[in-house]
Amino acid sequence: MSEIPILKIRDCLLVSIQVDMHDRLAMELQDDLTQRIVKDRAHGVMIDISALEIVDSFIGRMLNNIAAMSRVLDAVTVVVGMRPAVAITLVELGLTLTGVRTALNVDKGLAMIRDIIDRGEQDDDRRGG
Amino acid sequence: MIVEADETMPVCSSDDVVRARQAVRARAVAVGFSLVDQTKIITAASEIARNTVDYGGGGTMRLEVLRNGQRRGVRLTFKDQGPGIADISLVMQDGYTTGHGLGLGLSGAKRLVNEFAITSTPGQGTEVILARWK
Repeated sequence: MSEIPILKIRDCLLVSIQVDMHDRLAMELQDDLTQRIVKDRAHGVMIDISALEIVDSFIGRMLNNIAAMSRVLDAVTVVVGMRPAVAITLVELGLTLTGVRTALNVDKGLAMIRDIIDRGEQDDDRRGG
Repeated sequence: MIVEADETMPVCSSDDVVRARQAVRARAVAVGFSLVDQTKIITAASEIARNTVDYGGGGTMRLEVLRNGQRRGVRLTFKDQGPGIADISLVMQDGYTTGHGLGLGLSGAKRLVNEFAITSTPGQGTEVILARWK
């Protein structure tokens, strides 16, 4: 189990990353989330990164992987709360986060997940990974 | 050019990568970097520190605060005694990786700083220097 708590709200899992993650912790979170999607029959995963000061290529790859794995397990992933400075840096770094949906905050993220689940629409997700 | 601060720390584990990021952040804040500039130099440091651990088998990061007239900056020197890099132009390409990453570490880090230099001798190790000015 990683040190990052995974909360369940109805059929969604919510993760708020509040620590400066070392690489092993990022891998553990990826594994834990994948297990929990199946165990809790979740259809949505929301990852709050508002406390993250940086997203480097390793964390970016973790977000990509979580989105890809949850897609295979019939769940939608939305990353919320990215800081503007992080967004600017990510683009310059060359990381595009293809296949990861983003929303400005937790509220909008939940609404987005709800909307996608209700429409039963995952087609848009097939474009990338 | 005046060196206002100079410290060296080990970069041997993923915990060291976190500590290196935090040290760079503290210096970048002290120098007065904007939030975006702080984020860029910390992210670049994270990429190169991870390379030092994953490919160089561990090494060190030297962290210097520089003053050049009115300008202040942060210079980072990562050194390892790992296997070295035979073809530097190849590893500087976007998307090239021998590991499990995205191949953005070196090329991406270069885009995030003002000065970038890499020297490597196969069998002896690699040195990467990054600098960002306010």
